[in-house]
Amino acid sequence: MPGICVVATVPDAAAIPSSLELVGGARALDASHGAGVSAVLMGTGPGLREATDELHRHGVATVYRCAHPLLTSGQVDAFLLATEQVLRAATPQVVLIRADTVGRELAPRLAVRLGAALVTECVELAAENGAIVARRQTYGGRALATLVVTRRPAVLSVKPHSLEVPEPAPVPGRVEDVAVSIDADTLPARVCEVLREEAEVGLDDAQVVVSGGRGVGGPEGFALLKELAAVLGGAVGASRPPADEGWVPISWQIGQTGKTVRPALYIAVAISGATQHVAGMSGSRTIVAINRDPNAPIFSVAHLGIVGDYRAIVPPLVARIKELKGP
Amino acid sequence: MDIIVCLKQVVDPELPQTEFAIEPATGRQVREGRPLVISTYDENALEVALQLKDRGGGKVTVLTLGPQAVISDAFRLALAMGADEMVVVDDPRGPDRLGGEKAAILAAAIRRIGRFDLVLTGCESADWTERVVAPVLAEALSAACVTFVSRVEAADGTLMVRRMADEGFHRVEVRLPAVLSVASDESNRPRLPKLKDILAAKRKPVHVWPVADMPAAPGDLAAGVEVREVVIPQRTTRCEFLEGESAEQAAALAQRLRDLKLL
Ligand SMILES: Cc1cc2nc3c(=O)[nH]c(=O)nc-3n(C[C@H](O)[C@H](O)[C@H](O)COP(=O)(O)OP(=O)(O)OC[C@H]3O[C@@H](n4cnc5c(N)ncnc54)[C@H](O)[C@@H]3O)c2cc1C
Repeated sequence: MPGICVVATVPDAAAIPSSLELVGGARALDASHGAGVSAVLMGTGPGLREATDELHRHGVATVYRCAHPLLTSGQVDAFLLATEQVLRAATPQVVLIRADTVGRELAPRLAVRLGAALVTECVELAAENGAIVARRQTYGGRALATLVVTRRPAVLSVKPHSLEVPEPAPVPGRVEDVAVSIDADTLPARVCEVLREEAEVGLDDAQVVVSGGRGVGGPEGFALLKELAAVLGGAVGASRPPADEGWVPISWQIGQTGKTVRPALYIAVAISGATQHVAGMSGSRTIVAINRDPNAPIFSVAHLGIVGDYRAIVPPLVARIKELKGP
Repeated sequence: MDIIVCLKQVVDPELPQTEFAIEPATGRQVREGRPLVISTYDENALEVALQLKDRGGGKVTVLTLGPQAVISDAFRLALAMGADEMVVVDDPRGPDRLGGEKAAILAAAIRRIGRFDLVLTGCESADWTERVVAPVLAEALSAACVTFVSRVEAADGTLMVRRMADEGFHRVEVRLPAVLSVASDESNRPRLPKLKDILAAKRKPVHVWPVADMPAAPGDLAAGVEVREVVIPQRTTRCEFLEGESAEQAAALAQRLRDLKLL
């Protein structure tokens, strides 16, 4: 069946909305292809039914469903085998993959196996006279490239959080359960352990992110930022230097190499605003910058700015917010 | 363990914005007059290779693709850091090629180098950030693949690696041969060569292979992909500064957050 196929990995039910980001992109491309949207849905079993319904409800006509105990956290080799098996039979023209931990490995490898054209980390997709026009950031977020893909099949990976979850558009859905046989002993790379980072609020879904940079000076400074995040009910993030220095876990890093976040409020503390950092937070609704250098580039992306030493500003800010929120 | 590290030469990614310009004809960054360096995470990859060699022996070969004339000083640094040999695939068009195309050429070069247990790359290049070279090489070389690896330990015949993941880390057991892409970590900060290493580097072998000699491998993922334009977006947001003493600034910010219904 030709058309647009999205690859949806469901290690747990919480991952469904992230797959729906791709469905929005697929629908936009499909409008001018008219060939229908399908999905490869993979997981261990639980959550797959619910995810199938959600996909149908958002306009996915055919769901190829694979359940296997190895289709779980980070087992890229297993996801690759299953996806390859389904897509060799389904032969879609365009495959969309979310460029998350699994997807950023999966997309290029799948493209090689399917003999497909490849564009990674797209932030915008559109159809144009039978071609696909994809936009992606380049040069550390300093520039935006437009690429035109004319070859089929094409594999496109999409940067997480760059496409909106679309409004529901239910279609009469079809499910095809596909049996995949994957032998753990034959996987060249096997995840033995998932080490989750301690964090009260996860960065991915936080509505408020308080982020610290090199100017925070060390782990003690981050204790102050945690207090601010706590009164705001938010999560703590960082630029690259604090992660590189080991002041905070690497998984807190925001930016080109780290996470992309789009909270309602992003507070950048002692971060200069290099484009590689801005690439991961510029979609935030309200951006506040606290920096002692009035010329720091972060002020050109911020909506509200405070020039000053964060150590003199964060404690009274925490106190004042507590007062305003009341007991 | 024999390790090949792929290094890319890029314009220094931390240059100020005023030094950044796009050549309209190619859609690529203007390189002329700008300092060229080894792409950020490629240096971390080299450090990981050197640490593995320090612990378990073997040979480290660095491999790069680009116009031979400009691949010089920056890459001497790689030899000074401790790599044993360097292979340059001389390719005047190198800087303009997309990752999928480059990976196909690098795979051909790696086959010509011959023996290897491990190929390392940076997790993303500092310029186009495509993140494709390692996975494509793995497929082309029928090797295992893990990307965004921050730590690597050799454990008889296999590797135990730590991958940066959305939810934290994955500990992954990897068979050899393998291709890994390396992310920065406190454990793999690039070493600084000493003067004697810099002198010794001058005597290390550098092989230059014309790109035309690399047999065109199938699987060029960039065929049928055209770069139409590359633009520098204009920023329009205007920042409103909150003035006063620290306590006043803090109070003003708290009030604004409340007005915006963010409290
Ligand atoms: C390929 C590549 C990928 C990258 N990926 C990322 C990424 O994912 N995320 C990322 O963040 N970076 C990334 N970078 C690095 C990026 O280029 C910058 O080097 C980095 O973002 C700078 O971090 P910073 O703003 O914390 O530090 P700096 O640039 O050193 O800025 C520190 C700021 O703190 C201010 N300051 C100091 N003390 C105080 C104080 N007491 N009170 C208030 N302000 C103070 C200073 O005025 C300064 O503006 C990447 C770079 C490359 C080349």
